[in-house]
Amino acid sequence: MTLFRHQHGWVIAASFAVALLLTMLPLPDWAAPLRPEWVVLVLIYWCMALPSRVGVGTGWILGLLLDVARGAILGQHALALSLVAFLAVHFHQRIRIYPLWQQGFSILMLVALAQMLVLWIKGVVGQLPGTWTYWLPSLTSSLFWPWVFLLLRDVRRRFRVA
Amino acid sequence: MVLAVASLAIMFLDHRQHHLEAIRDGLTVVLAPLQYIADLPAIAVDWSAETLASRNSIEAENRALKAEHLQLKLRLQKLDALMAENARLRELLQSSTVVGERVLIGELLAVDMDPFKRLVILNKGEQDGVYEGQPLLDAHGVMGQLVRVAPFTSVGMLISDPSHAIPIQVNRTGLRAIALGTGAPDQLDIPHLPTNVDLEVGDLLITSGLGGRFPPGYPVARITSVQRDPSQPYAVVTAEATARLERSREVLLVWREEHK
Repeated sequence: MTLFRHQHGWVIAASFAVALLLTMLPLPDWAAPLRPEWVVLVLIYWCMALPSRVGVGTGWILGLLLDVARGAILGQHALALSLVAFLAVHFHQRIRIYPLWQQGFSILMLVALAQMLVLWIKGVVGQLPGTWTYWLPSLTSSLFWPWVFLLLRDVRRRFRVA
Repeated sequence: MVLAVASLAIMFLDHRQHHLEAIRDGLTVVLAPLQYIADLPAIAVDWSAETLASRNSIEAENRALKAEHLQLKLRLQKLDALMAENARLRELLQSSTVVGERVLIGELLAVDMDPFKRLVILNKGEQDGVYEGQPLLDAHGVMGQLVRVAPFTSVGMLISDPSHAIPIQVNRTGLRAIALGTGAPDQLDIPHLPTNVDLEVGDLLITSGLGGRFPPGYPVARITSVQRDPSQPYAVVTAEATARLERSREVLLVWREEHK
């Protein structure tokens, strides 16, 4: 992977590991539907910051890991995350210059798109979650975006990942 | 584009043909350390609850456990006699005797999966000899079954998962039916029962053993409501699982005879 060929690839890998960890960390029942899509957030950040290193392939592999972590059909998150990565890389110059709150809207659209794809696949397989709370992660993800962004930017500058 | 096609291809292969178990196992091994790390806070809470408990509460717990132990022993004595009698009667009837089942205690990892399914992760895997489809029980009844087995961990599906169904029997009448999971914690639906069905609130449902997945005779759920609307073809029956689906941390893995 191109991820490790350059310097400080481990910082990126570690951030993805932390995101996966946050995805699996147990939450109380009322908070579980609110859990942001941490992996998607971190993936979008790195796609925007370093589009030459993190892209569709990374998203695809992360998606496979997410499939296994969620016990889903192998490939549904892989498809969703590679699409998100593609869009994030494609529009990275445009999203970069937005103010933070406006970036949040882009994130809302991207995460909702990922969720929509996953929902379609679930529908085809016949495991539809029948409630509107399914869409809450898109909203919470966009609300958490400014903090994720600032934190990861500080991490990137501290470790001089480029 | 290539990756999108690849995703679609592996989705098809995984869902329809189950060819990708090796890949899934590999990825599961990669994820296993993360799952164990995610479990750490729960372990820490358990540990501190044990270590910091007051002497009084431990003594009280000890007394309660001793009393329960005595009662269970008493019932066990009766059970021994009944089992001997049962075996004798079965010999008279020349039917096969029920063999005792092998069990193993597994522990659930406190790891969240898809919030719209009821899946759990166990700390037992292939190396412990567990197998796909193996029933999971706790002290109060049937919890679910294993749906995926990786080298060090395995994924269990609870009976309340919306895609789970379990063949049951009403303990009082012997009526057979199928209980479907709903996705809500602890709640099961029993569809396709006629409106005049002989069911009462509080009836115990046990496994019927049909289908060959679950051993017969274990408690599954209790009926919580029976709605009979004469204009509808079927009664709406819901039940509450007897097992503590959302609270148990230790589970029993049971081996059926053919897998021993």
